[in-house]
Amino acid sequence: MTLGLINANPVVHAKKKRVARPLDDPHADDAVDPLEIYDIVRDIRDPEHPYSLEQLSVLSEESITVDEKLGRILITFTPTIQHCSMATVIGLCLREKLKDCFPAHFKVDIKVAPGSHADEEAVNKQLNDKERVAAALENPNLRQLVTECLYSSEL
Amino acid sequence: MTGSSALNFWNAYWSGTLMLFSHWAMNFSIQSVKPKSEDIGVSRDELSRALLLAFAATPLFEPFAIPLLLDKLSSSLPSAKVESFKYLGYCAPMYGSDRMAKHGGALWSSVKDVLYTSPESALSVESESDGGMIFEESDIMVEALILLEGLMQQNSDLLLDMILGDEDINNFICSFLKPWDIHDTPLQLRQQLHSVGRLLAVSAKSSMASCNRVFEKFFPQMMEALGCSVGNHSDESFATEDRALSSRFNYGTLYLCVELLDACRCLVLGFKESTSFPDFIHEKWCCMLHGFCRSLINIFFSNLEAVSGNAQSSFAYTGVKGLQLLATFPRSFAPVSLLLFENILLKLVSAITSNFDKKFSWGLELKALVEIGLYIEGYQESEKAATFARIVVDKFVSWISSDEPAMPLSLKMQAICETGMTGISNMLRIVQGMEKAISAKFTQAYVDGNFESVELVIKVLECYSARVLPWFEMNGGSEEVAWNLAAIIWDKIDNSSSVNLTVQNYELLGAAMTAMKQAVRRCSQESQEKIVNRAFRVLSASTLFPLKDSPFATSLSNSEDSYLNHHVDRVSCRDEWIISLYASVVIALRPQTHVQNLKMVLQLFIMALTKGHIPSAQALGSLVNKLPSKTNERHLSQEYGVEEAIDVILTSSIWNFCQSNTLRKCSLFGGGNEIHNTKCLAGLNHTSVHISAIVGLAWIGKGLIMRGHEGIKDITMTFLGVLLENTNNGDFPESCDPIEGKEQEVIPLMKSAADAFHILLSDSEDCLNRNYHSVIRPLYKQRFYNSVMPLLLSSTRQSNSIITRSMLFRSFAHVISETPLSAMISEANKLIPLLLDSLSTLTEDVMHKDVIYNVILVLSAILMDKNGQVAVLENAQAIINQLIGLAAYPHMMVIRETAIQCLGAMSELPYARIYPSRTKVLQAISKALDDPKRAVRQEAVRCRQAWASIASRSLHF
Repeated sequence: MTLGLINANPVVHAKKKRVARPLDDPHADDAVDPLEIYDIVRDIRDPEHPYSLEQLSVLSEESITVDEKLGRILITFTPTIQHCSMATVIGLCLREKLKDCFPAHFKVDIKVAPGSHADEEAVNKQLNDKERVAAALENPNLRQLVTECLYSSEL
Repeated sequence: MTGSSALNFWNAYWSGTLMLFSHWAMNFSIQSVKPKSEDIGVSRDELSRALLLAFAATPLFEPFAIPLLLDKLSSSLPSAKVESFKYLGYCAPMYGSDRMAKHGGALWSSVKDVLYTSPESALSVESESDGGMIFEESDIMVEALILLEGLMQQNSDLLLDMILGDEDINNFICSFLKPWDIHDTPLQLRQQLHSVGRLLAVSAKSSMASCNRVFEKFFPQMMEALGCSVGNHSDESFATEDRALSSRFNYGTLYLCVELLDACRCLVLGFKESTSFPDFIHEKWCCMLHGFCRSLINIFFSNLEAVSGNAQSSFAYTGVKGLQLLATFPRSFAPVSLLLFENILLKLVSAITSNFDKKFSWGLELKALVEIGLYIEGYQESEKAATFARIVVDKFVSWISSDEPAMPLSLKMQAICETGMTGISNMLRIVQGMEKAISAKFTQAYVDGNFESVELVIKVLECYSARVLPWFEMNGGSEEVAWNLAAIIWDKIDNSSSVNLTVQNYELLGAAMTAMKQAVRRCSQESQEKIVNRAFRVLSASTLFPLKDSPFATSLSNSEDSYLNHHVDRVSCRDEWIISLYASVVIALRPQTHVQNLKMVLQLFIMALTKGHIPSAQALGSLVNKLPSKTNERHLSQEYGVEEAIDVILTSSIWNFCQSNTLRKCSLFGGGNEIHNTKCLAGLNHTSVHISAIVGLAWIGKGLIMRGHEGIKDITMTFLGVLLENTNNGDFPESCDPIEGKEQEVIPLMKSAADAFHILLSDSEDCLNRNYHSVIRPLYKQRFYNSVMPLLLSSTRQSNSIITRSMLFRSFAHVISETPLSAMISEANKLIPLLLDSLSTLTEDVMHKDVIYNVILVLSAILMDKNGQVAVLENAQAIINQLIGLAAYPHMMVIRETAIQCLGAMSELPYARIYPSRTKVLQAISKALDDPKRAVRQEAVRCRQAWASIASRSLHF
C-alpha cells in the first residue's frame, strides 16, 4: 500500500509576472533586496507536487527580509497545511539554495510563519540548527529529494 | 449498390465519423499536448491547421463539429477558447447559413459570454494613467469578434434579432443613458461598455440594412440622452440650458455614439472602394445622422472645451475622435458641409494651440488632424484639401517664426512636421515656411548668437535632417528642397562678415553641418557640383585664403610653410564655420562629382586638421576615398586622381614629427618632392598638434582602406612607427621636456596612434558610409586584418618596453574587435594566446578598460562559435585563468559580468579538460557572489551552478 499525499489537492496560484530591472544604470541601488532573494527561491519545486513554491503560495516577496549591512536574511514560509511533514524539506531546500547563491557571510534564518504549522517550534529549531541541517543533508535520500527540488526542470 | 449495402455504408460512415469526433473531442486542445513535435517533424500550428481543415471538409460534419466546438468554449483553458472561436469562424461559411442558423442562439450566447459577461480586455498603457477607455482586447475577444463579423455577413437578420433583442444589452445601454462619471465607474463596467461598443459597431458595419436597424433602435435614445434634437442648429441653445450642458458629459452615450459613427463611416468607405457606390444619402441611418449632425458637433466641441478647462482627458478621446470621424466622411455625405468641416478644423487647431500642456489630449488632437489630412490626400478631396491647407497647414507654418502660441518649440515642430507629412502639397508649404524662417533668423543666430533665434534655427535644421529630407526621399521630389536648403545656408554665411562665438553657436554649427550633409547627399551630381562651387567661392573669399589672388595652379609647396605658420593658431569663428560646412559638403559628395581647386582644398583641410578639426580630416578621408584612381576614369576637368591627392596630402610637413618612419620614405610616394623643412613646424611641435595629425591621418587612412588602396600600408607603418619609435629608441622630439616629462608627452601620442586603428576599422555614422556614397571594397576589413596582424605580432614580440607593449596590444584589440569574427576564427588557435596576452597586459592600466571590454566580447564570440571550439579546448586552462582574473576586474561592471558569462560557457567543454580548474573557478565565483552589482551576482549564481553540476549536483568542493 502506498502512502497518500499529505496535501493531495493544493490550491495553485498564478505565477507573478517577472519585472526585469533596468540594467546599465550606474547609480542604481544594487544592494541585496527581498525581490532578489525571492527571484532565486521562487522556482524551487515543491517536494510533493510539480509546482513551484511561488505557485503554492508557500513564499512571497513580503515574507523575506534582508539586512545587507548586518548580513542577515530571514525567510518566513507558510506550509500549505498545518501538519505538513514536508515543511522541513522545504526549509532545507531554501537553506541549500541560499547557500549556493549568497556569500557565506550572510546568516540565513528560515522559519515557518507563526501559527501556520502544528509543530512550529520544532520545525524552526530543526531548520536553524546547523548540525541537524548538515546531518539531514548527509542522508542520501534527503539529499536526493532536495537536489531534485532545487534543480528540477519539471516546472 | 443495393439498398442494404447503402444502409451499411451510411452506418459505417456515421459510426466512423462519431468515433473520429469523439477522438477529436478528447484531443481538441492541441496545446495541452506537450510540444515535443520536433521529434516527429510536425509543429503544433501545422497539426491545428490540419484539424481545422478536417473539420471544415464537408458540411456533413456540422452536427458533430459545432456542438463539440461550442462545448469546448466552456473550457477554462484560454487556448481552447481561442481555437474554438477560430474553428467556428472558419467552419461557419463552409457549413452554410442554413446549417448554422439552428446554432444561432448558442453561438450568440457564447460570444456574449466572452464579450459582455466576462470581458478580458486590458486598459492600454496611455489610457491607464487617466482612467480612460482605450482597451486592448484579449485573443479570445478578438477571435469572438471575428466570428461575430463572419456570422453577421452570413445571416445578419438572425443575429441582429438576438443582439437587439437581448435584454442584458438593452438594459446595459439604458443604464448608461444617464450622466455618470467615468472615473468613478468600476473597471468591469468600463470593459463591458467597450465590449458593447464593439458589438454595436460590428453589427452596424456588416450591411446598410443592419446599420439602419442598429441606428433605429439606439440612436434616437442616445441623442435624447445627450440633449440633442433634430434640426437644432443653434450653437448657443446648448450653452444656456443646464440640463443639456450636463448631458453633454454623458460619457457612456458619447462613447457608444462615437463607436456607431466609426462603424457607419467604415461602411461608407468600404462601399466607396468598390465600384458600385450606392446612394446612401437616403438610407435611414444617414437621414438620422443628418438631422443630429450639427448638434453632435456642438457636443464634441464642448467636450474639447472641457478638456481645456480641467483634466477630463477621457472626454478628449470622445470629442476628438467624434470630430475626426465626422470630418472624414466622404464629401457626398451632405451633413458635414464644407462650413462644418472648416469649423471642426478651426476647433481642433485652437485646441492644439491651448492644450499643449496636456500631453494626452494634445497628442490625440494632433493625431486627429493628421488622420484628417491623410484621408483628404487618400480620397482626393480637393475642396477639403484647400481648406485643410489654409486652416491647419498655413496656421502651423505661421507658428515657426512667431512667439505665438506659447508652446514649446519641440511641440510646434512636431505638429508642423506631422501635418506636413500628410501630403506633398502640405509638405511643400511647410518647407517654404521653414526656408523663410531660416532666411530670417539664420543671420541673427549665426552673427549675434541671439538665444531664441539659435534655438529656432537648430530645431528647424534638425527637423530638415531627421524628417523633411528623408520624407522627400521616400515620396519623391527631394532634390529641389535639398538644394534650396544648402543654397540658403551658403548665402547666409556669405553675406555675414563676423560670428559671435557662443556655446549655442557650436550646437548651431553641428545642426547646420548635419543638415548640409543630409541635403547634399540627396542631390544629383550636377547640383552637388553647383553647391561645392558655391561653397568654394565663399571659402576662397574667407580669411583662410591668403593666396586668393594668386592662381590656384601655383604649387603650394613653397608657400605652405609660411601659410601654416601664419594661420594655424588663429582661425576665426567664421572661418571655422565655413570650413566645417565645406567639409560637410565634401563628405556627402558622390564619387563622380568634380571638386574645383582640389589642391587648395586639400591644403586647407590639412591645415585645419592640425587644429584638431575632425570634419576636415573626415573630408580628406572622403576625398581620397572617392577620387578616381586611373587617369582615363577621370572627368576631363578633374585635375587630380587619388594618387596625386595622396601625394599632396602626405608631402605636407605636418607629418614630419614622425620623420624617422615618414610616409615619404615609402616606395609608393617616391616622387622626389619630399619636404624636410623642420623649421616650419617650430610653432607646431606640440603633442596636441601631433595627436591631431595622427587622428587626421587615421581618417585619411580610413578612406583609403575602404577603397582597398595600397597607400594604407604606409599609413599603418607610420602608426606603428609612432608606437615603436618613442620608447624603444628613446628618440623624443627635441622640444620635449626632460626625462620625467617624457611619459606625459609620449603616452597620449602613442595612445592616439593605437586608437587610429579604431578609426581605421570602425563604422562611422558621420562620414565614409554608404549613405555618403563611399567607395567600399568588399571584405576590406578582412584584408587589412590579414596584412596588419603579422606586423603587430612581430612588433609585440620585439618590444621590450611595457608602455609600447600595452599600446601595441591596444592597437591589436582595436583590430580584432572591429574585424568580422569569420575572418579570424580560422586562425583561432594563434589568436587566442595573443588575446589572452593582450588581456593580461591591458588590465594593468585602467585607461584600457573600454578596450578590454571589446576584447572580452571577441573572446566570448570565439567561445560561442563552433569553429573555434578546438582552439578553445587547446587553450582552456589559460582562458579560464584569465577569465578568473577578469571576474574581479574592479573598474568596469560589464567586464566582470561578461567574464563570468564566458566562464559559464567554458563549463560546456569536455569534462576531462576542464575538471582540473573546477575548484579554482568555484572559489573565484564565490567571491563574485558578493559583488556590489546585482547583474554580476546573478551571472555568478548561474555560472556557479553550471560549474558545480559538471561533477555532481553538489556544490561542495
